[in-house]
This record gives sequence, structure tokens and C-alpha cells, in this order.
Amino acid sequence: MKKILVLFSIFTSFFFLAGTNAKACELNNSVPVTSLSAGFDAWKVVTSAMEECGNFTPTLDQEYRDKLVASLESNPSQFTMAGVSASTNVSVLDAGVTRPLDDLVAKYGDSLQDNQKIVIDGKIMAIAMMTNAQHLFYREDILSDLGIDIPTTYDELLKAAKVIKDAGVVDYPLGGTFKSGWNLGEEFVNMYLGFADSFFDGNMPAVNNNDGYETLKMMKKLTEYMDPEYLTSDSTYVQQQFQQGKIALANLWASRAGAMDNAEESTVVGLVKFASAPKAKKNGKPASTLWWDGVVIAKNVTDEEAEAAFKLAMVGLDPANLGANPEAAPWLSNAFDPAPSNIGAILTAKSGAAPYPASAKMSTLHGVLGAAIGDYLTGAATAKATLEKIEADYITAATEKGLL
Amino acid sequence: MKKSTFLVFTMPSFIMMTLFIALPLLIVLIQSFQFNQDVLETIERENCDPFGCKTETITVPVLDENGNKIKNNIWVGFQNYKNILKFEQLSSVISNDGFEWSKIRSIDFYKALRFTLTFTFITLPFVIILGLILALCVNVLINRLKGPIIFITLLPFIITPVIGALSIKWLFIGDGILTLFLENILDKDIALFSQGWTIEILMLFYRVWHTIPFAFVIFYAGLQTVDKEKIEAAFVDGANRLQRLRFIIIPHIMPLIVFVALIHLMDSYRVFDEIVGFSASGFRISLQWMTYDFLRIDDSGTRSIGRASATSVLTMIGIIIILIPVLRRTFKEQKEKRL
Repeated sequence: MKKILVLFSIFTSFFFLAGTNAKACELNNSVPVTSLSAGFDAWKVVTSAMEECGNFTPTLDQEYRDKLVASLESNPSQFTMAGVSASTNVSVLDAGVTRPLDDLVAKYGDSLQDNQKIVIDGKIMAIAMMTNAQHLFYREDILSDLGIDIPTTYDELLKAAKVIKDAGVVDYPLGGTFKSGWNLGEEFVNMYLGFADSFFDGNMPAVNNNDGYETLKMMKKLTEYMDPEYLTSDSTYVQQQFQQGKIALANLWASRAGAMDNAEESTVVGLVKFASAPKAKKNGKPASTLWWDGVVIAKNVTDEEAEAAFKLAMVGLDPANLGANPEAAPWLSNAFDPAPSNIGAILTAKSGAAPYPASAKMSTLHGVLGAAIGDYLTGAATAKATLEKIEADYITAATEKGLL
Repeated sequence: MKKSTFLVFTMPSFIMMTLFIALPLLIVLIQSFQFNQDVLETIERENCDPFGCKTETITVPVLDENGNKIKNNIWVGFQNYKNILKFEQLSSVISNDGFEWSKIRSIDFYKALRFTLTFTFITLPFVIILGLILALCVNVLINRLKGPIIFITLLPFIITPVIGALSIKWLFIGDGILTLFLENILDKDIALFSQGWTIEILMLFYRVWHTIPFAFVIFYAGLQTVDKEKIEAAFVDGANRLQRLRFIIIPHIMPLIVFVALIHLMDSYRVFDEIVGFSASGFRISLQWMTYDFLRIDDSGTRSIGRASATSVLTMIGIIIILIPVLRRTFKEQKEKRL
């Protein structure tokens, strides 16, 4: 009897919670909708607003890209909608698993701005909600104590790192998202675009050159000031290093900036400031790539489900909701002023950083880079051998895919 | 037994084994000789995003009338194997620099093979010897203690391998509590995850720690069947503890030692969990990890099924080669028994 009572009370409390939640959202959603997206703060803000409308089940997974295409490819699709980035949008687009949104935008998308619409050959295929870029995070207190100007180039950054190291005020002067795999590949892409403009000649790789060499050399110089375990260090790890006061400078994702002032986790509230990503060459562009994150709706769902999903997405992306959480990400909405933590991304874009050159060949090269560079950084391979290996591995993979 | 009865009884397991073992193996073998490609075309595409519009020339998959990718399996002979084994690169390295490991290890397969073999053969003696010692120790305990001690000893084996690996990683990575402890004792800055060999030692240690209980349980069961009269007779004849172990106990449980070795060789040649759990792929990779890496979908939504299948086939061949000596020994013994 006691057990039944406990169960009963648990159930009623669920209903009670669901009841109070549903009131926060004006839309009363009756069609079950599911979503798959990455798990950083911005997605939490958007999906939790959508959850309040009822019948919505989000899956927040940092490794979402592993299952994105496969789950949308099935018929019916495993998820009604998905959160994609500039790069993963190419994979769902190429696989033809998302639907054009023009009709839905015309009907329900009044709150959207033009720069939020991802238009491919005249059709709206995704709705962007935020931009993202890796840019400089710095400890303002440490820099001003030691009389260091905010570094604008990587050479200045290295000098600053040396001063900080000699002063011994933190465990390691620099942090970096150098985890082997996608993160490490992204670091190379960022740095390389600071030196050069293009990775390819047609579909053939073109990184085995002086720019590639300079990129590798710069990456290695940076690692000398990092926690020696850098090959296992991802965005979350670097974020925590900052929060625990262990590092002073890092090029980290804009979507992590809000967490610096989260008093529950951070010991450095108010001390971390943001600036544009440093340049690789004195008069070049910032060594960073611009990304966007946004929403797509699966092709293999009913029109009714797609409509419900789009309406829910509009609740999640409502400027009022985003404006209530301005620090979570550099939102694209013009309806409110960006939070101070978004300044880094804005400055990086203004200084002319390149958008991430998303394409099938780029994804292939990105994977190869992430696997090959580790050996160079640890000293197991030379720069020349590494660049040769990158080209050879890319050609193998691209031939297998039919790109060459 | 009548032949028909025998057939009826074995048929279910025969069908199952065909369906779930033989058939997948055959498919993997076939795939290892193919490229699994999308049919591609190069088009001009206008792409507008928050950073502006641009028209690019890109290569994209062709979609059929239902909007699905058209897949093509092309026979390529041994190309997948060549792409993995890279004999040409290997022979050019060897003819130029001799057997210089730092050059050879730039080919992923040999790097993975080196680690897989070291891992397999270094853990084997530790698992068998420590498992046996543990079994012998527990065997002489008073009965009341045996139950709880056996239970505690089995704990490492019960933990899911990936979870166990993650726990050990978190104890040691960065400022993990055991790293801090070691740093305090040794008064040195320790970073176990900053170079390959320390991670390798951690992985070896973890596998030994995780597998000993299995060896222990098997050996302990074997010890229960040792003929007590033989031991007493040896005792009367003046054999000391070591001699009793060497001439009576070990020959008696030899088939079990071979069994444990067999299972352990097969298991550890497929080392994979440790690479993932310890985030070791920047430093050390194994053959199974290569298969997994090829199978992982990249941002363009494709995977290398051909090369993944080829590494699987190579792994299978490797396991068979390693097991040949052990299997031959077992066959020989079976034959002798029958005679």
C-alpha cells in the first residue's frame, strides 16, 4: 500500500510539473516532436523553452554528428528536427534528408530576420540561430598585472605566454582545444586560414606547402605553453581550466564564453574577457573560422509533424526567449543588444575571419588532419612527413569516396 | 546416437551460427574488396548563410527520385588492403632508412599492430601468473573467509570495461586525485597523459587488473579438483611447496591455463575499450580502433566501409595466427588421449 502511495504521489507530481510547465508557453503542442542537437548552453536555452509547450523530447548530445545523417535517413525519421552547424548542415543537405522550409517560414516565420535563413539554390533549408567562432579568452587581471597588451597576433600571444609563464601566476599560460580528432583538425583549419586562403586545388588537397608548414610550427609553439596533456583536451576541459583559474589565455568557442561568469562553476567570475582571435600574420585575417548553428526539419516526417516542429522552433528561437539569455551565445537576433560575453565573436567576424569552408571534401580533410597532427606535436613525426601523410591519407579517403 | 537425432539437435545452433557468424563474416569479406561510394556530380550551388551569399563549385551526391543517395559498390580487388598495409611506402622506408621505427610508425597499420601485439603478449603472463597466485592464496584461506574474498576479487571483472577505463583515467588525468597524491609524494609535476608510454602502461595495468578475476575463478575451480592423496603422498616423500606446485598442481590444471591463455589472447588482440576510455588515440591506436575509426561517420555523412572491412579481415587473420600454436597443442593432447 505504501509503495502504491509513493508511486501515486510521484505520478501526480509529474502531472503537476507538466501542468505548470505548459503554462509558460502559449503554444499548446499536441503532436509529438523530437530533436537531436549538440549539448552546449545555447541548445539548452532553445530546447528548454520548446519543452514547455509539451510533447517535445530533445536529445542533447555533443557527439550528435555521429548519428545525425543515419537517424534522419531512416523512414520515418528518428527525429523530427535537428540542430546542425555549418559543417553538419552540408552532410544532411548532401544526403537529402531535410526539407525546404519556405512555406513554413511564410506562415509562421514572421520573427525571423533574413540573415537567419540558410538559402541553398533559392530554397530555405535551415534556420540559423547563432554564430560561433573560436576567439581569444583572456584573464584581464593577469594581463594588466603583468603589463601585457591584449595580443592581436600569435607572435604577441607567444610573448605574452612567456611573460605569464615566467611570472608563474597560473599553472599553464595557454589552453587549447587540441584533443586529437575533430578538435585538433579544427585548430589546424583555423590557423591555416590565418596564413592562406584555400585548402584545395579543385578536389585535390593543397596544404603541403609553406603555409601548412608555418601552421604546424605555430601549433607546436603553442603547445609548449599548454598543459602537457593537450591531446586529450576538448572545449569542456579548456572551459574548466579557465573556470578553475589554471590558464590565462586560450582560443575558445564563443558558445563557452557565458560559462566564465557562471558563479556556480567558475572561480574567476568577471575576470575573463574576450577579444578577436589573434592573427597568424601581422596584416592577415584572424586565425579562426566563422560558424553558424541552426535548426533543420527532417524530410521523412509527416507535414503535420513538420509544421508542429517548426512552430515549436519559433518558440525556442523567439527573440524574447533568446534575449532573456543573451550570454548563452552570440545570437543572430537584432531584437536585443548582445551580451558582453559575445564581443569576441563579433570582433572576430568584423576583423574578417573566414567562414568555415564546409563541403564534403573539407569534412574528409578535417578528419585526416585530426588524426595525423598528433604525431607531429608529440615529436613522433617531422612536419614534412606529417604534411605528406595528410595529403596521402586525404587522397586515399577521397578516392574511396569517389571525390577524385 | 542416430544421425537424424544428432542433426535435429544441432540444427538450431547450426542455423544460428550461419546467420549470425558465417554470413556477416562473408559480407565483411566481400565488402573488403569493394569501394562503397555515392554517385557524385560536380555542380554550382548558391549558398546564403549569416556571413553572406556565394556561389561555389562543389561535388555532391546525386539523389534519386525519392531523394535518396544512390550507392554504388565497385570491385577494387586488393586496393583496400593496399591502402592499409602500404607495402610500397614500407619498402621505400626500409630501403632508405632501414628498420627505423619512427618512420614505419607513420603508417597507421604498423603503429596499431605494434601496440596490439605488445598489449596482447605483455598482459598474458601477468594475467596467468597473478591469477594463479591469487587462486592459490584464496584456496588456503579458512572457509568462512572464502566467500567474501572471492566476491571482492571478482569486482573488477564485473565492471563494464569502458566504465572501468574511464574511472582509471579520471583518477590520473590532469589533477586527478591519484596524480595529486603521486605529485605530493614525489614532489614533481606529473602528467601521465602527455606521452604515449605512460598511457600505454596505464592501459596494460588496467587490462591486467580487469582480467585477473577471470583467470582466478577458472584456476580456483581447477584447484578444487586436485587429488588430495597425491599431494599428501608428495608431502610424505618430502616435496616442498614449490615442488608440489610444479609437479602436481600445474600439470593438473594445465588445460585450464591453456584455456585462459586462449581466451585472453583472443580478447586482448581485439583491444579497443582502453583506447576510447583513456582517450589514447592521439598516442596509441589498436587494430580494432582502426576499424571503428573507419566506420565512424564524418561530417560529410560517409564512412570507409571498405577499409573498415579490410582491417576486420586482417584482425581475424592476426588472431588465427596467434592462436595456431595454442590450438595445435590442444589438438595434439586430444589425439593422445584418444590413443
